Order: sequence, then structure tokens, then C-alpha cells
Amino acid sequence: MNDTYFISAEHMTVGYDGKPLIENIEIGVRRGEILTLIGPNGSGKSTILKSVIKQLRLLAGTVVLDEQDMAGLKERDVAKKLAIVMTDCIRPELMTCWDVAATGRYPYTGRLGILSEEDKRIVDAAMATVRAQDFQDADFSRISDGQRQRILLARAIAQQPEVIVLDEPTSFLDVRHKLELLDILKRMVREQNVAVIVSLHELDLAEKISDRVVCVAHNRIDRCDTPEAVFSGDYIKQLYGIERGTFHAAFGSLEMARVEGEPKVFVIGGGGSGIPVYRFLQRANVPFAAGVIQQNDVEYPVANALAAELVSVPAFAVIDDEAIERAKQQIDLCKAVVTTVEIGETNRANEQLIAYALDKRMDTESLFDAVREGRL
Amino acid sequence: MAQSRKTEHRTEGTNRARLCIGFALLLAALLGFVFWNIVAGSTHLSIREVFDGLVNPQSSQRAIVMNVRMVRILPAILLGGALALSGFLLQTFFNNPIAGPFILGISSGAKLVLSVTMIGFLSRGIALNSVMMITASFVGAMLAMGFVLAISAKVKRMSMLIICGVMIGYICSAITEFVIRFADDSNIVKLHDWAQGSFAAIKWENVAVIAAVVLPALVLTFLLSKPIGAYQLGETYAQNMGVNIRAFRAALILLSGVLSACVTAFAGPISFVGVAVPHLMRRLFKTAKPIVMIPACFLGGAVFCLACDLIARTAFAPNELSISSVTAVFGAPIVILVMLRRQKEGGR
Repeated sequence: MNDTYFISAEHMTVGYDGKPLIENIEIGVRRGEILTLIGPNGSGKSTILKSVIKQLRLLAGTVVLDEQDMAGLKERDVAKKLAIVMTDCIRPELMTCWDVAATGRYPYTGRLGILSEEDKRIVDAAMATVRAQDFQDADFSRISDGQRQRILLARAIAQQPEVIVLDEPTSFLDVRHKLELLDILKRMVREQNVAVIVSLHELDLAEKISDRVVCVAHNRIDRCDTPEAVFSGDYIKQLYGIERGTFHAAFGSLEMARVEGEPKVFVIGGGGSGIPVYRFLQRANVPFAAGVIQQNDVEYPVANALAAELVSVPAFAVIDDEAIERAKQQIDLCKAVVTTVEIGETNRANEQLIAYALDKRMDTESLFDAVREGRL
Repeated sequence: MAQSRKTEHRTEGTNRARLCIGFALLLAALLGFVFWNIVAGSTHLSIREVFDGLVNPQSSQRAIVMNVRMVRILPAILLGGALALSGFLLQTFFNNPIAGPFILGISSGAKLVLSVTMIGFLSRGIALNSVMMITASFVGAMLAMGFVLAISAKVKRMSMLIICGVMIGYICSAITEFVIRFADDSNIVKLHDWAQGSFAAIKWENVAVIAAVVLPALVLTFLLSKPIGAYQLGETYAQNMGVNIRAFRAALILLSGVLSACVTAFAGPISFVGVAVPHLMRRLFKTAKPIVMIPACFLGGAVFCLACDLIARTAFAPNELSISSVTAVFGAPIVILVMLRRQKEGGR
């Protein structure tokens, strides 16, 4: 991996109609790296991407591609190095998917754009990479948005670029194709040493594929860092201004806002067994308490996000009497107690709670019924 | 993989067959209509007389074949092709299947400036030569195009663009009528015929100029077929493929302007050919690839205009119809069909 950026923006100011939107942008990506832009809707991610690919005129600064100022490069030379997958809705008439993918060969063909056997082989290979052979002869304007996205990726692959710029490429894709698309990008980065600049809405995916993350918000580059640094603590919540609900950085999962109020149900959970109950109660708008769990428990993030009151002890700590006392106080407030967890060595103390709540105990199914019938 | 190669080659094979059959049909139709146009008219000629008239300068029918029939057939071919091509370029430019020089008011703009210039010069006793006619008409075409471009920057809906174009056309036609009313009597008859659209007034010296303008424009357009193909995917992708967008857009405007200006200068405004022919060619060849569409539109436009001119000359002989009224009868329904189809497909 070389040390210099393959494509970078230097002192770049972007905006529309001469009005600056984001000023003095400094971002760059090396070959073999993925740079991801995240940030709220309307923060200017697309504007930055459009400026980098020369589609929007820069208001100040330069974009440097392979050590050359892109403003001075010929379109054709840029095209051999940089491919794009943008969100523009294109509906060319009477073009098959294969034809659209084949337009990626444009910078390599002659005056009249006639494809050589070699070009055709490359397009075929690109279609195979995105698994689009099944519909390659279909009319491009009659396939689904997700399929269209894959064809546009095939087009970019056929262009044999050194940089690919993608604007929200996963937007219309189902889970499987999201994973496949990102897998293809990862492979191109690893095997062909391509540089990738991509904007994503899916934070969990951004965390998983990025080498560096650029956070765009409030008309500025808020932060540019490794995913480890960006996806930790409360930063993401701040970036997106999340007020109701939480984002859990390590799992990249979103939780709805907790139901506040005096708890009506106490859940003795642990090991992930309580999660369905927590979610059920959240949906049913019933405030609940939970415990006692260790903070390294898999369900701790969910419980912490959703429970009105949570009794927990530090990671790997033994559940002590103090915690049990606090849990008992919560149980006193509740009308029902459910146990979802199996008792084992480290949560043995919870047996005391089960015994304590004898007259309020319910199994999960009857709790669900009671909530559904409004008996709580 | 092996499977996909096979299917790919199969579609390629059918495409090639379609191409050959399509172009063979167009050429046959072209030859057929050329022959029919030579034969038909107030003096009916036999096959022998036609052949004799074409090859033998001393033939008794030479005058009719060459100076009455051929002098009208050649411009119909060249200008018909030019119109269809101009329509195809404008459709590409505006990404709009019913754009065309007549509908967007470009022909009428050319007509207006040309008639003002003509009357101005005629009143001083100067007759315009071919080059001056094309120049004046080109200026008019560019002015109208300028209006259309300014409007298209403001409105994104294709129907709005077309309505504005039609309005520009009406305004220009109205002013032209007005100007012609003020011309000397001697000019009126000729101007009036021309303003309705007709191949009748074209002379041999005009034909040479027409060929000198239209044929190079055809070649240049063909050489642009690669960027035109890229542009069909939209500006963003075209640029990413290496098209210099500004230069390319300028080239499209100039070429379509020159082509439609040339038609208007010699035959007046001819309606609907620019929309109908490219559409028919897309149906015939089942493709929108410019490398096919450009020669196909040219040939198709030639055939369309030859056929329409034949009808204009012979349907109510000895009275002649204006060419535009015949092209409208066949062209306008096709435009309506195109619009209905777009509607059905949920187009813009």
C-alpha cells in the first residue's frame, strides 16, 4: 500500500450556484482502502461526491487524482481511472442490461464505440461478478431498482477503474444483495487494489467495511477517523441528533426509545433470553425493570436501552447482595415478574429474586396475554 | 458462464439479422419511391423513357426526368434525411422522444428570420443565394433554440417543454405571416408557397449546396455516435465515460440547427418528420443505438419525404398540396402514439 492518497480533495469548497455549502474539505483515500461518508440526510454527502467526480464545479480547492489535478485531466483519462455508481434515475430506451453494463467499456473503445471480443469478455465477467446473467437480456427500464443498482455496479466494474465512487449504492437492495454488493467492493479493494469512496446510510455496514469514515453534518466535515473511533460512545447519536432511541455502536443496532414510567413488569433475564420480552414490552408501551445482569451480558445493550430501570453489575462481577436488594425494591413496584434466564454459576444470586417474587411470577406466554388483554 | 455466452451470441445473431433486413427494406423502399416519383406526374413516363432520360443526355424525356423530377427527388431525399436526423439529435439532447425541429419551434424561427431577410433584400432588388439563405435560416434556428434552451433550464417536465416549443412556433409563424403581408406583390406568391413547405421551388444549383451541407453534417453526426450513445445514459454517466459534456452539447445543438436550417431554407417548415421517423426506426430496428439509428433515420427520413411528396404532387393533381400537410397526416398520429405509450409506461 502506498502512502499517498490515490484520490484526494484539497481545500475543496463545494456548493450549488456559487453558494458554498461545505468549505475547506480535506479527504483522501489510498488504493486498497474504503472511505465511507456517513451523516444525516441533506448533510451534503452527495454534494461532496458529485464535486469529487467533477460533476459539480468546485468553488475552491482541487481534487487530485493519481497525483494530477483533475481539472486539468482529459475526460477520457479520468474515465479510465474513475468509475461511478450514482443515484440518478436513468431510463435509456431499448437498452438491455448487458448494453448498459457494456457502456463501461466506453473509454477503451475506438471512434465508433464498437466492442472487441476482449471488451465483451470483460463485460460478461462483470455481469457474472454481480450475478446478473439471468436478466442480462432484459430491458434495463423494466427491471427492479435493486437489479438496476447491480447492473450499474457491473458497468463500473467493466470500466476497470482504479477508484470507484458510489452514492448510497445499497439503498434499494435487499439484505442479501446489500451484503453481496459490499462483498464485491471488498474483493475489488483486496484483489485489484481499487480505492473506494462510498456514502452509506447503513451505519452497521459502514462500520464493517470502512477503513476510514468521514462524518458529514451541519454543513461541515464533523470528523474523519477510523471506524473504531467513530463508532464508539455516543458520537453517532450526536452526529445524527438522535433524541428518541439509541444507537449501539458495537453492534450497529438501533433501539427505539425506552418507555419511561414506574415499571409494571420485572424481567429476570440474561444471556439474550430476555430480549424478545423487552422488545414486546417496548412495543406494547409497558414500562419495565430488568436485572440482575452483568454488563458483559449479550442482552445488556438492549436492556440498557429499553428498560425503565435496569439493575446491573459490572462486567464479569459476581452479583452481590446490594444488587439483589435494589432488584427487590423494583420488584415491589411491579405487578408481574417473568423469568427467562437459566440459572447457572455466575447468576446464582438471581435465585433469590425468583423466590422473593413468588406470588407475582408469570410465565412469558401469560405475561404476553395479560399485556394484550390490558390486564397490566 | 458458458450458458451466458451462448445466449449473448444468440441475441447478437438476431440483432444482426434484424439490421440486415431493416436496412434492405429501407433501401428497397428508397429505390422504389425514387422510381415511382420519376414515373408519376402530369406526364406519365414508361420504364424505358425513364432509363433513357437518366443516362442519355440527348433523350427526348431528359428535361422531364432531370429538370422536373430528379431536381425534386434529390432534395426530398437529402432534406428528409436531414429532418429526421435533426429530430433524432434533439430527442437525444432533451432526452425527450417527441422533441423535433418543428415541434420545438426551431423550423418556425428559421422561417421567420429567413423571410424577413428575403423581403429585406428583395425590396432592394437583391435575390438571396443559397448560402445566404442557409445562413439566415441558421440564425433563426439558433435564436429559437436559444429560447427553448432557456425554457428547458427552468422546466424539467417534457410536456411543458413541448408546449413552450409549440408556442414559440406559433409566435414565429404569426410574425412571418405579418411580414409577408407587407412584402411587394411579386414576392408574395413565391414566399407564400415556401412558407407552407414545398420541394417545388428548388433548383439544381440549390441541390449542390444542400448536398454540401447535409452530407458532411451526416458524416459528422455519425462520428458522434459514440458520445450520443453515452449521453443516452444521462449527463452524469456520459461524463464519467469520458464525454466532454459542454463540447458535446454544443456539437449537438449546432448539428441539429444546421440540418433543420438547411431544410427550412429550401423547403420551408416541414412538420412531424423529425419525431415520426426516429420513432418508426426505433420500432423497426428494436434498438436506440446511434450507430444504427443515425443511418436508419437518414434513410427513413428520405423514404418518408419521398412518399409524402409523391402524395403531395399526385393526389389532387394538377393542384399540389403543401408537403407539410401530407407529413402531418402521417406524422402527427405517430406523435400521439408515442405520447400515449410514454403515459402507459409511467414516463415523465
